[in-house]
Amino acid sequence: MRREKDWLRQMLLIRRFEEKAAQMYGLRKIGGFCHLYIGQEASGVGAISALDLSKDYVVAAYRDHGYALACGMSPSSLMAELFGKATGCSKGKGGSMHFIDADRHMFGGNGIVGAQIPIATGVALKCRYRRDGGVTLCWFGDGAIHQGAFHESLNMARIWNLPIVYICENNQYGMGTDFRRVSSVTDFAAMASAYGIPGKQVNGMDVREVSRETSEAVARARSESMPGFLEIKTYRYRGHSMSDPAKYRTPEELEAYKKQDPILILKDALGEAGQITAEEYAAMDAEAKALCDEAVRFAEGSPEPEPSALYEDVLA
Amino acid sequence: MSIITCREALRAAIDEEMARDDSVILMGEEVGAYNGAYKVSQGLLDTYGPERVIDTPISEEGFTGIGIGAAMAGLRPIVEWMTFNFALQAIDQVVNNAAKMRYMSGGQFRVPIVFRGPNGPAEYLGSQHSQALQSLFAHVPGLKVVAPGTPADAKGLLKSSIRDDNPVLFLEAEMMYGWKGEVPDGEHLVPLGAAEVKRQGRDVTIVAFSKPLKLALDAAEALAGLGIEAEVVDLRTIRPLDEAAIYESVTKTSRCVVVDEAWPFASVGSHVAWLVSHHCFDELDAPVELVAGEDVPMPYNHSLELAAQPSVQKIVEAVKRAAYM
Repeated sequence: MRREKDWLRQMLLIRRFEEKAAQMYGLRKIGGFCHLYIGQEASGVGAISALDLSKDYVVAAYRDHGYALACGMSPSSLMAELFGKATGCSKGKGGSMHFIDADRHMFGGNGIVGAQIPIATGVALKCRYRRDGGVTLCWFGDGAIHQGAFHESLNMARIWNLPIVYICENNQYGMGTDFRRVSSVTDFAAMASAYGIPGKQVNGMDVREVSRETSEAVARARSESMPGFLEIKTYRYRGHSMSDPAKYRTPEELEAYKKQDPILILKDALGEAGQITAEEYAAMDAEAKALCDEAVRFAEGSPEPEPSALYEDVLA
Repeated sequence: MSIITCREALRAAIDEEMARDDSVILMGEEVGAYNGAYKVSQGLLDTYGPERVIDTPISEEGFTGIGIGAAMAGLRPIVEWMTFNFALQAIDQVVNNAAKMRYMSGGQFRVPIVFRGPNGPAEYLGSQHSQALQSLFAHVPGLKVVAPGTPADAKGLLKSSIRDDNPVLFLEAEMMYGWKGEVPDGEHLVPLGAAEVKRQGRDVTIVAFSKPLKLALDAAEALAGLGIEAEVVDLRTIRPLDEAAIYESVTKTSRCVVVDEAWPFASVGSHVAWLVSHHCFDELDAPVELVAGEDVPMPYNHSLELAAQPSVQKIVEAVKRAAYM
């Protein structure tokens, strides 16, 4: 139950962080692309809870705020990155799509759809070569699964027995395109099985199911050095990015998903089990909001990068 | 000194670095059991086994990206592309991942990886297999681009490239693999970013790199018969470019011919020619000449494909123009 409360705390932090990011975007404190994770919190929190980040790795796509927080990166360093400040996790040179903490094995954050899938596979190759027991979680969306990079990577992961779990986080829409309009199959596990990799669909609105299924897949990848695949069915409440009014779906569909909100589901379950009181939950939420307020204060008060930073870190 | 082929020099570089550092792995199409499409990796599978000499499927984007991920996680992969023409399948991984990871992570990642294989025209290979693509890669900050023109430099530069903590594009040439030359015995390292004057001269500077270096040296020999002493500057590394070495030579000779077998539009050669025109304006006695590949896809017909490439004759003519002869 301590774990579940911790998941609730993490999901609330992600929710409040993203709401704050949207607010700051509206105030033009944040520019460019900003892809929010609201609605998908159970997916990131549940799956990353299956990892031991002292040896495991996370490699992700551009909707990366939730994974970064679930990996334990500080909201302040992330908000500062969104503000483009020198104190950001990537010194203000990465932005929303490049939340990275190499020491925590959070390898980002990639802005090219599907380009992170070979990268993640290469990290798994390192773990296999070094026999260090590490497993890589490779995140991508229902849009990226049609890129050649996905298919090439799964084939090689299988022939080389790499310890990696591919997670297709299916939030139903690749930007404005319903995945059913552009996919030859609707159960993506079929694509993994084409490469001899076992896969299954998971209810991404239930953090407990996500954690249980990912833990199983990670354990198998670790002990058998075998790739695995999960399609986590989830839903994003907001548009693809801040400029997207999401007119390609109905309000009814959105409301239906909000009724199975991952935070509400867990909160209600814990409440019914007598594990959390309304007061405790309110305190948890207040704590998350306070952390995000503090993150904004930190970002606001942080310096811009020095002009010389422009030329730094091009080469090692 | 031993006299060995460029192929053997490259193989020795890989072999020595794999023996010295177990984080070095070699991956690509046919590098292992087949002993290399051009036999550069011959024998390495027997020595180092299939975990370090990895045969890949024909999936350039995939295995290039896998190499980059392994580099980010601490290995030092050498990715062999059967030719640079096939690197176009993988260019997203090189440009968007290898070249950017360090910068957009605020300096958190190192990406120590070498992408190598034959680049530029060989013979009878047609439009899709005869391209000199250095300009595409040299355009991108975050990459190093290396182009040896002799067996000794091939060995010394490849060893330095493998030890470098950055992504290095290492351009070989199919026609060069069988070329022989003196290569120092034992540890031989050539630093990246250092050009070398391959022939001294006082009348004109010929700047070249990779396979056309030989054309430049042959042209210099022919020019000597005409009473023109050409200095040949071998860039060896395209990025970072040793600008000082070029300017020093041009300051001495006051005339410059740049040779690059790539197409002339927005090329390494045209950029070097512009740099010389800009930085040596006061020293120059004639406009800078560029001898490039013709601005057409490569034809299959042999006389046409030879006509499409720089030649000794074209370089001699360019030098004569620069000398107002």
